Amino acid sequence: MMQQAPAFTIVILLLTSFWVPIIGMIKKESAYYLSLIAIFFSFLAACATLYTVITSGPIHYRMGGWPPPWGIEFVVDYLNGGVVVLISLISLLTTISAKKSVEQEIHRSKWPLFWSLYLLLILSLLGMTETGDMFNMYVYLEVSSLTAYGLIAMGERGALLASFNYVILGSVGASFYLLGVGYLYIATGSLNMADLNKILPAIYHSKVIFTAFAFFIVGIGLKMGLFPLHMWLPDAYTHAPSAISTLIAPTMTKVSAYVFFRIILSVFNPQFSWEVIPAATLLRWIAAVGIIYGSIMAIAQKDIKRMLAYSSISQIGYIVLGIALANQMGLIGGALHIFSHAFAKGCLFMIVMAVIYKTGIRNIDDFKGLNKKMPFTMAAFCLAAFSMIGVPPTAGFFSKWYLVLGTVSGRHWFLTAVILMSSLLNAVYFFRIIEKIYFSSFVGLVNGGHGHHEHHEVVAVAEAPLGMLVPILIMAAGILAVGLFNTQIIHLLLQFIVPKGLA
Amino acid sequence: MEFILSKFNYWIYIIMMMIGFYAMIAKRNLVKKVIGMNIFQTAIILFYVSIGAKKGATIPILEAAHHAKIPPESIEVAKYINPLPHVLMLTAIVVGVSVTGVALALIILIYRRYHTVEEDEILRQLS
Repeated sequence: MMQQAPAFTIVILLLTSFWVPIIGMIKKESAYYLSLIAIFFSFLAACATLYTVITSGPIHYRMGGWPPPWGIEFVVDYLNGGVVVLISLISLLTTISAKKSVEQEIHRSKWPLFWSLYLLLILSLLGMTETGDMFNMYVYLEVSSLTAYGLIAMGERGALLASFNYVILGSVGASFYLLGVGYLYIATGSLNMADLNKILPAIYHSKVIFTAFAFFIVGIGLKMGLFPLHMWLPDAYTHAPSAISTLIAPTMTKVSAYVFFRIILSVFNPQFSWEVIPAATLLRWIAAVGIIYGSIMAIAQKDIKRMLAYSSISQIGYIVLGIALANQMGLIGGALHIFSHAFAKGCLFMIVMAVIYKTGIRNIDDFKGLNKKMPFTMAAFCLAAFSMIGVPPTAGFFSKWYLVLGTVSGRHWFLTAVILMSSLLNAVYFFRIIEKIYFSSFVGLVNGGHGHHEHHEVVAVAEAPLGMLVPILIMAAGILAVGLFNTQIIHLLLQFIVPKGLA
Repeated sequence: MEFILSKFNYWIYIIMMMIGFYAMIAKRNLVKKVIGMNIFQTAIILFYVSIGAKKGATIPILEAAHHAKIPPESIEVAKYINPLPHVLMLTAIVVGVSVTGVALALIILIYRRYHTVEEDEILRQLS
């Protein structure tokens, strides 16, 4: 059983996603429970995979027993073992909390199809993380895009156009990725990542390799919403159903960021990515502009989902900055930021989902006095917001701390200033909401006629249902756990991504 | 001129790709955008198909009965085209068809709701 765990993470979801619409035809409610059980078992398989990796080293799982350069293999090492558990944990929690919200926002007749697509999206993200084959990665990338198009289109007014724009941009991104694979195949005749890593150093000065590298950066950059290629992201996050925003915001861009790590560090050598071509300098500047741009745009937004979407663009900038710093601290900071941002953004979107479910509020100005109505949810909101700003001991503080150390040891003082400046901007847009929640008095329409001294008693506690509250609190605990145990996480998982001989 | 003619398959793929790219960016009609996307994907498929081809080579099936024992060294690789890029393109064609299908389904839904497929009109109705 244990040896098959990497395949099980995917196969369980794949088989269930096939049966969900069929069983759902008979009984619509069963679709949700089937999906939940499948995601739970997939999560167990992911944990088993990570356990095997930690105890006995990286796993090379050969699909169908074919040896690597010809067959497709799943490679799970320390970094992506962690990412697999992260993705499946967040999907599991999102699924638990999404039940009521989906029942409210999606028409009953569409439930089985919705959950079927939902399972396919999670499995493709897990597949992208685990695969060791460039073309297999393309297939998973397209599966994740296709399911995301369908799920985003199920949203409210404006979702159709948002989804269509994502179709156009997403297929440009995937096509660029495919072209990159083609160029590498012309030059090397191989599609396996480990094999490519062995063959490529001999031909690093070939123009074909440069072009392939550029295609990969643009293709994956589009998928993860890297600054100049982010045009699809705000609309898609804003108009998608709340459950889908909650699923794709912490997982999809993070998986693409992981793929970015993988292509720069283990398909190409770091020596190539940083020394043969000046990719690092270019990416550093793009990331810096993206960090500031995302934060400033987030301040200007009125809709909370759109604000969080722009803040995602800024956070992706941090991860790319970590890679582009090209030193030990930067890489660790970037990788840790994948984890800390996934927890913080997942928690924030879950809270927004609960607030929309309970009150229908989307506009930031309407958050006034919400702490009296939903005290636990808003406490979690504060914690997640602190992590985004970077207040110790939350996860966001430590990943930003490593990034700052990276900029200092690389002597990029300007980038140090950019990170600190962006933390300040994050504080501006999160404290604006926290101030509304806690410090402005709640004047609802119900008690408009009463005296001002009375309204404290009038506001009844209307906390989110337990199914939503528990996942939110677990995510909040996760933010603290990633922060407090950051040295253990780095020691156990992330230290292995740093190439040998790097300062 | 020699430079262009000797690699004309790559030039054709680049020109087609740019035509598709132009349609996707510059056209405001959603159906035209989808057509541009199709041309873009077809260009990449042509690129892959042309990298597998060899001059004077035949389809990659051994010219001997299947029970005859042929030592692998005696097979001349230059006589057969490379089948792998073509097999990869089967997958890419399937993906392309599904993306086109999803895009067209979205256009139908957009038309039902806004009664137009012009992007400017839809944006005006949305604002």
